[in-house]
Amino acid sequence: MSPPPPTSLGAIVFLAACSTEFADPGREVGPAVADGAAYPTEVHTPTTLGVVDTPLVDVNGTPIGVACATCHGPDADSAWAARPGEPFHTGTELDHGDLACDACHDPADRGRLHLADGRSLELGDTMQLCAQCHGPKFTTWQNGAHGGMNGYWDTRRGPRLRNHCVDCHAPHAPQIAPVTPMPRAHDRGLHGEE
Amino acid sequence: MDDTSRRDALKVGGATLGAAAFARALAPLTEWEPTTSVDAFLQRHYKELDPAELGTILRRLEDETLEDYGASVSIEDVRPTPGVRFGYALNLSVCIGCRRCAEACHQENNHDRPSHQSYIRVLEIDKGSIDLEKGRTDYDHAVPRGDKFYMPVQCHQCDNAPCVKVCPVEATWKEADGIVVVDYNWCIGCRYCEAACPYHARRFNWEKPEIPAEEVNPDQAYLSNRVRPAGVMEKCTFCLHRTRKGKLPACLEACPTGARVFGNVLDPDSEIRWVLENKRVFVLKEDLGTRPRFFYYFDG
Ligand code: HEC
Ligand code: HEC
Ligand code: HEC
Ligand code: HEC
Repeated sequence: MSPPPPTSLGAIVFLAACSTEFADPGREVGPAVADGAAYPTEVHTPTTLGVVDTPLVDVNGTPIGVACATCHGPDADSAWAARPGEPFHTGTELDHGDLACDACHDPADRGRLHLADGRSLELGDTMQLCAQCHGPKFTTWQNGAHGGMNGYWDTRRGPRLRNHCVDCHAPHAPQIAPVTPMPRAHDRGLHGEE
Repeated sequence: MDDTSRRDALKVGGATLGAAAFARALAPLTEWEPTTSVDAFLQRHYKELDPAELGTILRRLEDETLEDYGASVSIEDVRPTPGVRFGYALNLSVCIGCRRCAEACHQENNHDRPSHQSYIRVLEIDKGSIDLEKGRTDYDHAVPRGDKFYMPVQCHQCDNAPCVKVCPVEATWKEADGIVVVDYNWCIGCRYCEAACPYHARRFNWEKPEIPAEEVNPDQAYLSNRVRPAGVMEKCTFCLHRTRKGKLPACLEACPTGARVFGNVLDPDSEIRWVLENKRVFVLKEDLGTRPRFFYYFDG
């Protein structure tokens, strides 16, 4: 997205934001919070990782998943073990830059991912995979400014849950799909509104 | 108009308003109706209440909510935490205009259901401009559209807040953590603050809010999301009933894009500080000298 010219500069705004004096101190403040051990920050683990959905559903209508390891890798069940050339994952459509499958999947072990330097990763270590090619975005995520969170801004008072990249970006087609907006308010007397 | 002359205009405006406002301030007395209980009418200003008086008022308000809405709620007086000054930043490069934040506000803050009120308005603006007044809030197509960007606007909790200055009865003020609050029991509904706010961030309660009992959010605070009476002003409080207890605001948690960053600007290790120090943040209508605590930025 092309930024419009900013109307002011960060430095000034920043100094103003951090100044402690203000017009009206109001009533006195509440109790202080003791510095101490912080509550944990957890990263959400997507349950889809390492499991492929089948067309079968359970009694609740949830698709029944099969672990990749059932067919791939050294421990694959021999009855199921994938043999090269056998057509299987026919629905895979890739829309992610101009990457090849093997940029992420290890050709030697389909149940694993790998980095450009050859290091092998579990499917669950997907974030490291993303971080390899999207370093600045990953740094932003680590600093809490990409990907959002839930819980406490003050980790001295409660835990926090971070979203995983693949909670929002499908690895094969990472762009965010358009959504229908929620209903808006019906205000009196504002232009563009009744 | 340059900085000083605009600020002067604001001051002069404030002075003239003051006199008229005084007359206006007395008007509601003559039109006083029994919708306000005698106790509520005689209540003193929030800042002057001692803990015992405040406790009585909170219990009375809880009883009234039970009677009027059939919902048992807890109304607390949550005070600012020492050493905390809030800041809020929003990444316009990732916001997709889905209004999930406005919806979360609607529910969290016990807004009137029929009007679908919310403290957040999301503007759809042509890329390449950043004119608040040209933004539209009435879009209903799938979002985002490639030629637009989306700008949620809510109270900026200005350090130099025009809304606070014009209030003829001091029913609205700025607290130690930077949040601008309203004492709904003191507000006379003159709407000067609404007119004074350059961000259109204040709302007037035209009607007594309608909320089904099971939808009332029972976790309430006196200065934030308790159900407001008709005829008073209300506004975003950065969800102080949550944030003063260390929790994130409801609009941030609801954001499906992670566009929102909230925290204590006095904490050098906080996420909000990282954004202020590493992104080129800007504020809306900076030339007005309002000194907002709400910041916007684009990636890159
Ligand atoms: C029911 C058995 C089965 C399961 C479960 C399964 N696969 Fe496969 N997979 C196959 C078969 C069969 C092939 C095709 C054989 C080949 O080309 O190596 C294949 C091929 C692949 C390929 C190569 C595709 C290509 O076109 O080059 C990848 C990558 C892959 N699987 C990843 C996974 C991952 C990741 C999982 C778990 C999320 C998984 N598979 C689960 C059977 C399975
Ligand atoms: C950007 C890295 C990346 C690329 C490129 C990529 N994949 Fe994947 N793929 C993943 C990740 C990560 C998962 C695990 C996702 C999960 O389990 O939710 C996955 C899962 C799979 C699966 C398991 C079933 C599923 O869809 O979840 C198959 C099959 C698969 N990939 C095939 C392919 C094929 C074929 C290609 C090339 C056309 C390809 N992938 C390209 C990262 C990639
Ligand atoms: C091997 C390098 C590589 C890996 C690994 C990789 N990406 Fe990408 N990604 C790319 C490239 C190249 C593009 C295209 C950039 C462009 O078009 O400018 C891209 C584009 C994207 C985009 C922008 C899509 C759009 O069109 O808006 C997102 C979001 C994204 N990747 C997320 C991810 C996530 C999440 C992962 C981890 C599952 C990941 N990427 C892993 C290389 C990679
Ligand atoms: C809460 C959802 C969410 C999470 C979690 C998330 N992102 Fe994003 N990401 C977005 C949105 C929304 C955009 C803007 C995309 C758009 O408009 O197309 C975006 C944009 C991107 C882009 C494209 C940036 C550009 O300039 O085009 C990349 C790359 C990316 N994200 C990588 C990641 C990585 C890596 C992670 C994990 C460390 C991650 N994201 C986690 C929602 C998320």
